[in-house]
Amino acid sequence: MELYLDLISPPCRSVYLFATAVGIPFEFKLVELLEGKQYSEEFGKLNIVRKIPVLKDGSFILTESTAILMYLVQKCSSAVADHWFPANLQQRARVNEYLSWQHLNLRTHCAKVFLLKTLYPFAMGSEVPKEKMDAALDDMKQSLDLLEEKFLLDKPFILGDNISLADLVAVVELMQPLGSGVNSLESRPRLMAWKERVKKKLGEELFDQAHQKLLEAKGLQQEIQNSPHLQKLQPVFVKLFR
Amino acid sequence: MKLRCLCVLPGEHFGEEFGKINLMRKVPALRDGDFYLAESIAIMIYLAEKFETPDFWYPTDIRQRARVNEYLSWQHQGIRTHSSKVFWLRVMIPMVMGVEVPKEKMDAALEDLNSSLKLIEEKFLDDRPFIAGDQVSLADIVAIVEIMQPVGSGLDVFQGRLKLSAWRDRVQAAIGKELFDEAHQAILGAQENVKLLDPTVLQASKSKILRYFM
Repeated sequence: MELYLDLISPPCRSVYLFATAVGIPFEFKLVELLEGKQYSEEFGKLNIVRKIPVLKDGSFILTESTAILMYLVQKCSSAVADHWFPANLQQRARVNEYLSWQHLNLRTHCAKVFLLKTLYPFAMGSEVPKEKMDAALDDMKQSLDLLEEKFLLDKPFILGDNISLADLVAVVELMQPLGSGVNSLESRPRLMAWKERVKKKLGEELFDQAHQKLLEAKGLQQEIQNSPHLQKLQPVFVKLFR
Repeated sequence: MKLRCLCVLPGEHFGEEFGKINLMRKVPALRDGDFYLAESIAIMIYLAEKFETPDFWYPTDIRQRARVNEYLSWQHQGIRTHSSKVFWLRVMIPMVMGVEVPKEKMDAALEDLNSSLKLIEEKFLDDRPFIAGDQVSLADIVAIVEIMQPVGSGLDVFQGRLKLSAWRDRVQAAIGKELFDEAHQAILGAQENVKLLDPTVLQASKSKILRYFM
């Protein structure tokens, strides 16, 4: 089984963390986003949508991290403990509810903050206008508020006593703004404590290793600016910000 | 389980009672005894599994299920965002809020919608009768309702798209044409019905709406 990943991407991190933490063997195939490798002809044959992660299991190709996670749970059911994606209908519905909500909420807003900081100057040729940044931070704040007040509350994890796919998918998105110098956890002790619990369940070393590329990207904005590979992708990136 | 209809536009979803059902104040929302659930995808899967509906709706076969899950995940950002935007830019913003939509914004939204529809035809349908294969599934339902949204704004997205049109006919037949038409009555009558709306209802959210869509 092959997983096409770049750990700078949150959905790649969730798939990587899950497979590694529960011990599902796979081959890590790097698709270097900062080199625009997702736009190569070769990658296009694998996934016409040109996004990662992608799973390749024999001849079966699957995209979308949440679909991949569920596929891994179903395929490796004997190795995956029930709490990740409970068989109980109502508990499973809670996971599905979070996984659905997060696409256009936490994921979108955390990603926007990150992209505005790192990619906007390159794509648009100027610094991010203050109102745009403020609006993005405000949207992110609202999503984080909902994560705390609707999904987590005072429970140790989203579903209750144990970690599930919901916590995994939430934590990797929440970490993304940190890679651009924005602390999404600032003044949120409840979320910070939850993040530490999630990290412990996954394995602290593994969690840190998965986030290394994101957090150690010194001057990501500069790297993007100077990348020869990304020059021709500038019109593609413009679309992200219109 | 009873189906209770509430009309979203007049602001009922901002009421205190609905806030207890769904903190995020969005529809659809499900209440099964003391179990509350939001998010249409989660609700559909819950219903399919609770009522043990025929397998094809949410197949147990691992690969077919993965195909359904793949579509259900992609569609949030992949089509829903764009089809919803086109509806708001063509109907709600100019007709209800009386705000003119700049041509570049409309063109950009249409470009995104067209790219999405192309992907649906090329990747998610390909040469299959339905998204998951030979039979209809939750994926087709979720797809068709989003695609009908711009149709409700007067944009016939099926015109010139033979594959998509043929698929639509199959989905309609699988659901039942009468039920399909009943479900789409409101959206297809939208351009007429919005003329009857009180524009002040959206005034409170005006800046947020404009910021989001424009």
